[in-house]
Amino acid sequence: MAEVTYLEALRQGLWEEMERDPSVFILGEDVGAYGGAFKVTEGFTKRFGEERVIDTPISEAAIVGAAAGAAHMGMRPVAEMQFIDFISCAYDMLTNYVATARYRAGLATPIVVRGPCGGYVRGGPFHSQNPEAAFFHTPGLKIVYPATARDAKGLIKASIRDDDPVIYLEHKWLYRRIKEQLPEGEDLLTPIGEARVAREGKDLSIVTYGATVWKSLEAAEQLAKDDGLSVEVLDLRTLLPMDDTAIMRTVEKTNKVLIVHEDTRTGGVAGEIAARINEQAFAWLDGPIMRVTAHDVPLPYAPTLEDFVLPQTEDIVKAARWLAAY
Amino acid sequence: MASRAAPTAQSPPVPGGLTREQLLDIYRYLRLTRTLEERLVALYRQSKVIGGLFRSLGQEGESVASAYALDRGPDRDILSPLIRNLGSMLVMGAEPIQILRQYMAKAESPTRGRELNVHFNDLERGYLGQISHLGDMVPVMAGIALTFKLRGERRVGLVYIGDGATSTGTFHEGLNFAAVQRVPLVVIAEYNRWAYSTPPEKQFAVKDLAEKAKGYGIPGVTVDGNDVLAVYEATRSAVERARAGHGVHLIEVKTYRRKGHAEHDDQHYVPKDELDWWAKENDPVDRYAKRLLQSEWVEERELQAIDGQAKAEIDQATDACVDEPLPPGASALAGVYAGPPALPPHWYRSL
Repeated sequence: MAEVTYLEALRQGLWEEMERDPSVFILGEDVGAYGGAFKVTEGFTKRFGEERVIDTPISEAAIVGAAAGAAHMGMRPVAEMQFIDFISCAYDMLTNYVATARYRAGLATPIVVRGPCGGYVRGGPFHSQNPEAAFFHTPGLKIVYPATARDAKGLIKASIRDDDPVIYLEHKWLYRRIKEQLPEGEDLLTPIGEARVAREGKDLSIVTYGATVWKSLEAAEQLAKDDGLSVEVLDLRTLLPMDDTAIMRTVEKTNKVLIVHEDTRTGGVAGEIAARINEQAFAWLDGPIMRVTAHDVPLPYAPTLEDFVLPQTEDIVKAARWLAAY
Repeated sequence: MASRAAPTAQSPPVPGGLTREQLLDIYRYLRLTRTLEERLVALYRQSKVIGGLFRSLGQEGESVASAYALDRGPDRDILSPLIRNLGSMLVMGAEPIQILRQYMAKAESPTRGRELNVHFNDLERGYLGQISHLGDMVPVMAGIALTFKLRGERRVGLVYIGDGATSTGTFHEGLNFAAVQRVPLVVIAEYNRWAYSTPPEKQFAVKDLAEKAKGYGIPGVTVDGNDVLAVYEATRSAVERARAGHGVHLIEVKTYRRKGHAEHDDQHYVPKDELDWWAKENDPVDRYAKRLLQSEWVEERELQAIDGQAKAEIDQATDACVDEPLPPGASALAGVYAGPPALPPHWYRSL
C-alpha cells in the first residue's frame, strides 16, 4: 500500500493502461513535453514517446474528432481537455458524431475525453465549469465523475477499457487535496455504472458526486455530532448510466433524500435524479426531494462571490437539518 | 451505328497508366451512379423514398475518378463520402441495393432504418459515412489517417468537402491538425457552385479553394472536376505522395451541381442558361465517353453494353428490395451502447 493523491492515482491509471495496451494513446494540448497543465501526463512522453502522447493544436473539435477516427480503427485514444470548460468547443463532435456512431452506423468509438473540472479554486467562469448536464442528455455517451483517489484510478482504467465513449470528469479541487492508501501491483478497476455508499446512515440520504461528496461527508459528520442524525452519503461515481438501484435502495432505507451537486440547478442532474425517485420510489418518501446546488449564475471569480454561489458544507448541514425535521 | 475500331497503335496513350479494362470500369461506375440516381428519382416520385433525395448529377466524374485512384486491395484506403459522392462509394464496393434500401428505410438497409440516404459505412470496403454536420468528417478522417501513420501502415485517407463546408470550424481544425501531424490524407474540395442556394462569393473571399491550402502549409491544386481522367491523375499523384509520407494534399475539383440541394428544391436561384450549358457542354459522363471513343481506346458497343448492364443491375436490385418491410418499431431501442442489448420501452407502453 502507498499513499497517493487523486491526481497521482489518475496518472497511475493512465500509465498502467498505456503499459498494458499499445493501442492506448493520449492527445491534447501541452500533454507531451510539458506534461499537461496540471502535470497529469508528466513523464509520459519520455516513457511512451511523442507518437503516443500527442501535443495538438488548440482545437478541441479536432482532438475529439481525430480520437473518434482512431477509435474506429481499433485504437483506444484518451483525449485531454486542458480545462473541461473547453469541451463545449467539441460539443458538436461529441454529441452529433461520437455519441450516435454506434447506433446509427454500428461504429465502435471507444474514446475517453477527460479533463479538470469544478470550482472552489477561484478559477472564474471559464476554468471552473461542471459540464455534465450538457452531455447527460445525450444517449450514446457515458459520464463518470470520481470523488476518491481509488475511483480516479479505477474509473480511468475502466473508461479506457470500455467499448463506448466515456467523458471522464476529474475535479481539480481534489487533485492534490485528498490522499488515499492504494494497493500496489493490483489491477484496480471501478465498474462503470455503480454507485458507492460513502457513509452508512438511516435518517436521511444525500445523493451526490464529485467534490460535493466530501462536503456532504463533512456535513454528515457535523450532523451526527451536533444533531445526532445518521446521514447516508451515496457517491454516484457514474452519472450516465445512472445507478438507479443504489439510489432507490438508499431512499427505501432512509425515506428522505437530499441531492447535492456543484453544478447549477436548472436542468441539472439533480432534477433527473428527483424525477427517477418520484417515478420509482414515491411510496417510500417521507418528505420532499430537495436539492442543494450552485445558484444559476456563471461562476464568478472573487472568493466572496464564488463561495456564495457554490454549495458549501454549511448549506448541506442546514438543508439536511430542515429535511430531517420535515 | 458504325462500330469503331479496337485500339490501335495510333490511339493516344491513356493518361495515368490506366488499362483499357480500367477505362471501361470507370465508365461502368459513372453509368451505374447515374442510373441508380435516376431510379431513385422514380422511387421518390412514387413516395417510396422516405426522406429527401440528393442527386450528384454533373458531379459523378470527380466522385468516381477520385475514389478510383485509391488502393482497393486488402487493407485498403478509406474515404469519407458526402451526399453527392455516391459514385465514390460504388467504386469502393457499396452495392446499389444497399443505397436503395437506405433511401427507402428498409429493415435490411445497412443502418436498419436508422439513418438516411448514403449515410452509412463499411470500413472493410473502405468508406466511412458522413453525418449532416458538414466539416466533421475532416477531423475524423484525420484520426483515421493518424492511425495509419501510428501503425506504420501504407494506407491513405481521402475526405470530400464541399465549397460551403470549407467555411466550417471543423474543416479548419481538422485540416490544420492533419497538416501538422503530416498524416496521409487527401482532401477533395468540391467547388460545385452551390451550397444549398448560397454561391461561393457569399461563402468565402478567395477565388479558388486551392488557395486555402497555403494557410495550412500543404500543396493545393485545382483541376477540372468534370474531366474524369484529370481528376484521376491528380488524385493518384496526391495519394502516392501521401502514401510516401508527404502528408496532406488538397485537390480542388471545379464542377457544377446541376440539381437543387435536394429533389424538392426547384433551383429558382440558378440561371436557366447556366444549367443548360453545363448539361449540354460539360457533362462529365458525356465528356468521358466522347474522349474514350475519339481516342479510340474503346468501342461504342462496349459502352452501350455497359449502359444495358447498369440498367439491368439496378432493375434487379430494385425488384429485390422495393417491397421489403420497414424495421419493426421496437428495434429502435437496441444498440445505443455496446451493452446492455436494448432499452425497455417506457412504462405506459405496457398499460
